[in-house]
Amino acid sequence: MADEALFLLLHNEMVSGVYKSAEQGEVENGRCITKLENMGFRVGQGLIERFTKDTARFKDELDIMKFICKDFWTTVFKKQIDNLRTNHQGIYVLQDNKFRLLTQMSAGKQYLEHASKCLLPSAMIVRPSPATWNCKSN
Amino acid sequence: HFVWGTNGKKGLLKTSSELFTLTYGALVTQLCKDYENDEDVNKQLDKMGFNIGVRLIEDFLARSNVGRCHDFRETADVIAKVAFKMYLGITPSITNWSPAGDEFSLILENNPLVDFVELPDNHSSLIYSNLLCGVLRGALEMVQMAVEAKFVQDTLKGDGVTEIRMRFIRRIEDNLPAGEE
Repeated sequence: MADEALFLLLHNEMVSGVYKSAEQGEVENGRCITKLENMGFRVGQGLIERFTKDTARFKDELDIMKFICKDFWTTVFKKQIDNLRTNHQGIYVLQDNKFRLLTQMSAGKQYLEHASKCLLPSAMIVRPSPATWNCKSN
Repeated sequence: HFVWGTNGKKGLLKTSSELFTLTYGALVTQLCKDYENDEDVNKQLDKMGFNIGVRLIEDFLARSNVGRCHDFRETADVIAKVAFKMYLGITPSITNWSPAGDEFSLILENNPLVDFVELPDNHSSLIYSNLLCGVLRGALEMVQMAVEAKFVQDTLKGDGVTEIRMRFIRRIEDNLPAGEE
């Protein structure tokens, strides 16, 4: 059972490690985000594989979203999603009022946002349809 | 990238530990892409571990209530029985003390970092869990101890156990804070 403090420090170090080794500028910033997304994608993929190994396939999109908001979010971020909204046309807005990875921020706030966003695309491998995620934080 | 096997673990309870293991695996995979040779990856893992260690020690001291250690033997006990337990949920055993009492080994029967991991053939020099050595070094430097930590056995490489050798170098006398590397 790995401790939360250790995980958070590892996560922070990964984010700052990626940005430290990059130069300034838009292109580099884009590369860093891609690196973080790739790492997050890999993590999410592994998690989803374990979650869904013994369970049946999801019935529909809403089933997936419920799974993400409850089980997946609880495991990764230690709590459920606070609010889920949809326009019933494929757009879902997940709201987390106390996002675990950002509660101990120091400098580089925008970097941490990107890193946390990374874990999310993973869930979409459960279904073949692609999805994009956007993060806003207060 | 690294091969993930399965070990039949079920249920959601396991997965927050798996989150850490998977995150670490993603980091190592990325570093292997960024750096051409294993030695550089090992160095980077050590450096990152060091940066984590200098912060982790604060969390540890705040939560563990252990007092100042009077010698290296006490330090070894605290590392194995309190710190490893608190952060990785395992209690390594302490063995192979040097006659001078300045070196010992931590034996890890199982290493949570390597759950489900298999080393690909072209990374034989990679010290997969090298982050741990950096963490130990960084944490101990903040309590005025300069140490060396290195893996001498590794289950990932076919050894029966994982063994970290810890060596006390010297007490750090000046009060300059350790900088980030």
